[in-house]
Amino acid sequence: MAKNIYEKIWDAHVVRADAVQDTVLLYIDRHYCHEVTSAQAFEGLRLAGRTVRRPELTYATMDHNIPTTDRSQPITDEMARRQIDALEHNCAEFGVTCFDMFHEHNGVVHIIGPELGLTLPGMTIVCGDSHTATHGALGALAFGIGTSEVEHVFATQTLPQKKMKTMEVRVNGQLQPGVFAKDVILAIIGKIGTAGGTGYAIEFTGQVIRDMSMEGRLTVSNMAIEAGARAGLISPDEKALAYLEGRAFLPEGKSWTELTEEWMSWASDAGCAYDCLVEIDGSAIEPQVTWGTSPGMVTGIAGRTPVLAEIADENDRMAAEKALAYVGLDEGIAVTAIRPNKVFVGACTNGRIEDFREAAKVAKGYTKHAAIEQVLMVPGSNLVKKQAEAEGLDRVFVDAGFEWREPGCSMCLAMNADVLKPGDRCASTSNRNFEGRQGKGSRTHLCSPAMAVAAAIRGHFVDVREWEYR
Amino acid sequence: MEPFTTHTGIVAPLEALNVDTDQIIPKQFLKRIERTGYGRFLFYDWRYLDDAETPNPAFELNAARYQGATVLLSKENFGCGSSREHAPWALVDYGFRCILAPSFADIFYNNCFNNGLLPIRLDGDLVEGLFREVRASDGYTLTVDLPAQVVIAPDGRHIPFEISAFKKEMLVNGWDQVGLALRYEPDIAAYERGHGIG
Ligand code: SF4
Repeated sequence: MAKNIYEKIWDAHVVRADAVQDTVLLYIDRHYCHEVTSAQAFEGLRLAGRTVRRPELTYATMDHNIPTTDRSQPITDEMARRQIDALEHNCAEFGVTCFDMFHEHNGVVHIIGPELGLTLPGMTIVCGDSHTATHGALGALAFGIGTSEVEHVFATQTLPQKKMKTMEVRVNGQLQPGVFAKDVILAIIGKIGTAGGTGYAIEFTGQVIRDMSMEGRLTVSNMAIEAGARAGLISPDEKALAYLEGRAFLPEGKSWTELTEEWMSWASDAGCAYDCLVEIDGSAIEPQVTWGTSPGMVTGIAGRTPVLAEIADENDRMAAEKALAYVGLDEGIAVTAIRPNKVFVGACTNGRIEDFREAAKVAKGYTKHAAIEQVLMVPGSNLVKKQAEAEGLDRVFVDAGFEWREPGCSMCLAMNADVLKPGDRCASTSNRNFEGRQGKGSRTHLCSPAMAVAAAIRGHFVDVREWEYR
Repeated sequence: MEPFTTHTGIVAPLEALNVDTDQIIPKQFLKRIERTGYGRFLFYDWRYLDDAETPNPAFELNAARYQGATVLLSKENFGCGSSREHAPWALVDYGFRCILAPSFADIFYNNCFNNGLLPIRLDGDLVEGLFREVRASDGYTLTVDLPAQVVIAPDGRHIPFEISAFKKEMLVNGWDQVGLALRYEPDIAAYERGHGIG
């Protein structure tokens, strides 16, 4: 019978189908850790006298808490330092490889997994982090877990799981120039809602996805969780293989032909079925900007903030009213009238090399608008940083008055010093615009790197499809 | 883990859609490496005024009538956002044992069960009705009977709910999941041998 990619990976990883009642024990091929969600899990192991069953399948990085400024300076935040030290000690004690702050492979966990070739088609991958969905772009079943589950994977290399339903999100047509992967996923969330994918694993298909670069696909899959889906997947194809070729941690002992044949075998079979299908016309997608406090509160650049009286559902109207009050915007105003005072380009959503290339194209020959107080350019990893510098992108940013930083999560969740002030309004390439996400009282407008940089230069959101590239 | 069988408690309303984990427990408290002590940071940005100490009178949970509440009533997509288990840790540490909502985000939902916290999905109209009842009577309590899978209202109404058999058993028995899985160690070892792992 024809199977979709989710079913193939699921079936191949069942350790015991009848483990406990309606729940299957699933084998986990790859476990990523970071400093924020692992300390209590390691402590749990210690208290129970257990060990990490497969340390060689486990990789840790420091990303959430670390400074993006000069790292030769000591970390002044006592709590952050304690957490970072804890990860280092725990990894040493349990034999887990850790890419510390100074390691050449350091970076945001969801950036480094794919770029190091640790994330491969057909794998089951978990991490104590909801954006683990990112790795699914390479044809892996990857999902976020809580700290108790992290401990479970440490101790057993398995997780009790119930099968998810599957949803195909088919993006047809062809994107217009100036419309990017970020716009695609925001448009999908705008259509199905932030809970539309709850209970599902989403496979993204269609011409737009096929045409999209691997970097773009990682952006799409990254935000599957913002549509409520724990996992997003894309069937492996030639582009995935080309992306993986030559990566540092590819499996040894197999020829390239053997590897690629195995990887390709995970792709969904022609004629396979899904529990549900959503179709989107990619050609009609405009550059997207969020106006509210949930990623589903999004509209095209030609759009406006909602008019409350026009929202039929009472709960939705209440939510919109609360969101507009929080972000300090009137109802019915044009998105192009929204004026950020800060800009952030980075995060596991848009911190890859292609994102900085697009950002640099827009920035080239321009300087930031006088009303823009800060533009943070934060690469997702050390490798991205080095590559961008080799291409001279950092100079374009510095010339434009932007700050080029060390890699990390940075202002995506503002756990380090990169925090917005109350009332700040930020054009951000991250994935969450929740209240207080980038700092208490701060307001976030999610968009693509090109849109964020264009806003940095013009002082308000503009349609990057009409950008005059210099 | 403390087993969960039946529980009776005061119900507190949190009338918001998409209550996200950043609201349940803001990131500055994620730097702690302990598992306990998160209760005082629960709903931090909503709960306190700008001095970070004075309870915000506009936040309903702060009202005298909801002090000591152990059942939380909320709206669609509760717990969306990050995977941080600090969210259930904070809810449990504050005193909640049960959350009623029309829907929960998947990761949050799973995390609850590892912490003795019972999330119950109820029909949206039913939840709207409960909001009205809670507001209408001071000290409104509900009883949750997990083995029987019902919520019992003060007027004696029985409201049935669905839950996976595995999750139910875990809570009712207060099982340690890791211990459970380790009973299948021979199966795990066999899987690994078959896949050339280790
Ligand atoms: S960049 Fe943001 S979303 Fe991604 S892992 Fe870091 S904090 Fe989470």
